[in-house]
Amino acid sequence: MGEVSTQNNGDEEIDYLELDQMIEKEFDGNKENLIMILQAIQRRYNYLPKATLLYVSEKLDLPYSKIYEVSTFYSTFSLEPRGKNIVSICLGTACHVRGGERVKEQIEKTLDIKDGETTPDKRYTLESVRCIGCCSLGPVIKINEDMHGRIKPDQIETVLNQYE
Amino acid sequence: MIIQSVKDLEKIKEEYRLKLNLPETIKVNIGMASCGIAAGAKDSFETAKLAFLDDKNIDICQTGCIGYCEVEPLVEILSKGRPRMMFKHVTKDKIVDIITAYTNNDFSDKKILKLILGQVKDPRSLLEDDMDNPQEKIDPLEGIPFLEETPFFKGQVKIALRNCGYVDPDSIEEYFGKQGYQAFLTALKETKPQEIITTVKESGLRGRGGGGFPAGIKWATCARHEGERSIICNADEGDPGAYMDRSILEGDPHSVIEGMLIAGLAIGSSLGFMYVRNEYPLAVKRLVNAIKQATAYGLLGENIAGSDFSFKIKISTGAGAFVCGESTALMASLEGKVGRPKAKYVHTVEKGFRDQPTNLNNVETYANVPAILLKGAPWYAGFGTDNSKGTKAFSLVGKVKNTGLLEVPMGIPLRDIVFNMGQGVPGKKKFKAVQTGGPSGGCIPESLMDTPVDYQQLASVGSIMGSGGMIVMDENTCMVDVARYFLDFLKEESCGQCNPCREGIKQSLDILTGICEGNGKQGDIELLEELGSMIQKFSLCGLGTSAPNPVLTTIKYFREEYESHIIDKKCRAGVCRNLFIYEIDETACTGCGLCAKKCPQDAITGTKKEPHILEQDKCIKCGICYDACKFDAIVIK
Repeated sequence: MGEVSTQNNGDEEIDYLELDQMIEKEFDGNKENLIMILQAIQRRYNYLPKATLLYVSEKLDLPYSKIYEVSTFYSTFSLEPRGKNIVSICLGTACHVRGGERVKEQIEKTLDIKDGETTPDKRYTLESVRCIGCCSLGPVIKINEDMHGRIKPDQIETVLNQYE
Repeated sequence: MIIQSVKDLEKIKEEYRLKLNLPETIKVNIGMASCGIAAGAKDSFETAKLAFLDDKNIDICQTGCIGYCEVEPLVEILSKGRPRMMFKHVTKDKIVDIITAYTNNDFSDKKILKLILGQVKDPRSLLEDDMDNPQEKIDPLEGIPFLEETPFFKGQVKIALRNCGYVDPDSIEEYFGKQGYQAFLTALKETKPQEIITTVKESGLRGRGGGGFPAGIKWATCARHEGERSIICNADEGDPGAYMDRSILEGDPHSVIEGMLIAGLAIGSSLGFMYVRNEYPLAVKRLVNAIKQATAYGLLGENIAGSDFSFKIKISTGAGAFVCGESTALMASLEGKVGRPKAKYVHTVEKGFRDQPTNLNNVETYANVPAILLKGAPWYAGFGTDNSKGTKAFSLVGKVKNTGLLEVPMGIPLRDIVFNMGQGVPGKKKFKAVQTGGPSGGCIPESLMDTPVDYQQLASVGSIMGSGGMIVMDENTCMVDVARYFLDFLKEESCGQCNPCREGIKQSLDILTGICEGNGKQGDIELLEELGSMIQKFSLCGLGTSAPNPVLTTIKYFREEYESHIIDKKCRAGVCRNLFIYEIDETACTGCGLCAKKCPQDAITGTKKEPHILEQDKCIKCGICYDACKFDAIVIK
């Protein structure tokens, strides 16, 4: 994660009206709902643009430092724009003992990025997750919403190519 | 319709009991929990829906997970007066043939025969003994085993998982058909809160999330403290390798809602919260729907069933922090803050969420409660051992033949679970250990496999019951690497507030990484033990105090593996790359050429039908050849 000052804002156009409605209507402008508000923003923009965080800070009357603290503490939030396809590699124990690490290395090699990074063409972002709960199918990778179970390193390239 | 009494419930119950057990149509139940869907259940569902669109005699339905994940997608087919059958591996290319075979009552095709898992002897849950067994009078099919007698299901006792796989999780009516909400409504009308608490106390139910604190005592203490009390359900199932709670939420969400309602009634609270992991989107979807349905029937909301009891449930989702499974961290997260645990000088039952009295239990604990109220404390306490009553759900995963979710009475030996239900390690590999309790647990070796599953007994061998993950490891699992793996996990997940946990884990991890990379030194093992005991003693919360367990148990039971890493610089399991090489065993190699074809480095060469050669300089130890060889000719040296 970058420092506040270097946080990438992408070329995102922020729809403040929509943001306003979401915070007010869906989440009652309630501070307790901060995490879910951030999740909704991430669903909308695929990451957390800085401008939205500043806006949330103002709307909820919470210092920006608090918003920043929450958005960096929890691992699902990204302050950088992410790729079109999110490749999640499960590193839960069951996947680990069945060779998850080797699958991860193969993805890193194929895409030439490390865990947490995005390919230069913004096609893929690689994220490791700790257990998706599909342990019987391990090793498992999840691309966007699709689960691929019992995956072997030599199948990686074919699977990745299915995602434009 | 608003339900006002148990009598209102009875009418719907009878109707759906018939639909669930003696359908006039051919009812096809497809297991559609996350793991089933990942294995292709959704495709099968859609294919069947489309194929039998115009056939009013065939009813395609969804259910949750019946637990036998290894052979998913699982499909059950039943019809009034006919054997009730379970099929395995029912992918989209097979579903139509299977339904047709059932419709024609013709299983002579070998391809179909292979997919039959068994026929159901008795589909009743333990709560339905007032009902006749709908399968009793039906002649069983010859040569096809009873499902309940197949290894995976034999010996299981399902209480928390009683409805999973048998009802449509999106239908509250089907839950009514399985005695749903009867315990709650009876308690609401007839039982004093104090009596509910006494029943839960006497049942001996202990928290199923890991700590094992007696639920009844927690409820009683919370009820004693004045304030705006909250009921929280911990569905932040963070232990890697554990998915019992996901299956309950995806397969039978109403059982958890009913358990929370009963807790609210007993403790005197109208505020319910569910904190669900972000990684479980389907569980959230089904919960949202379940809450909507329960509200529509007046089972959630204001003045439930005309009483002065009100109860609402709000769902919050986590955002990927393992430490939020710890109760105080979870409550902080529910308040919209970072999930940092607090020292428990004052217990959360007195001052927890919003600084008010709070009762927190996990999913499986709540799912047990309606069953306990319906059948009574002595019934529940009749299962299990002296200090661990009832049953426990486990997810049996890793290097085991039958992976899946099972529920067994407390006190049965680990061996029964791993070797009878799980059928041991696949292939010719040797069993090495079973890991219980997630990152806070330990690795239990073969010699201790007769240990019964019981809170005290598992603690006595250095592990914990935990939430129920059970990961089987074989000879190709390196125990030093497993310890390193867990510490790497915990280093990421430590919230960083207290030094012993933050620094202790980091230092231990550095030592373990060194050992795995071949830089281990004499004295490393002793240093790890010393660090471990320090972290255990001085950390603030449960994450830290239990963090050294995986390291300490692997040292205790697999010390020679550590020594061979440090002294001989060898990893016999073939995991730590600097510490082994692959070689081709010339006597075993048939020269089939498969390894050479698959090797991404072109490191293997040779002529057909002659033993091949592996060039060590080119080998990156990716293991593809090792996995591919059918003759065990690639060996770890």
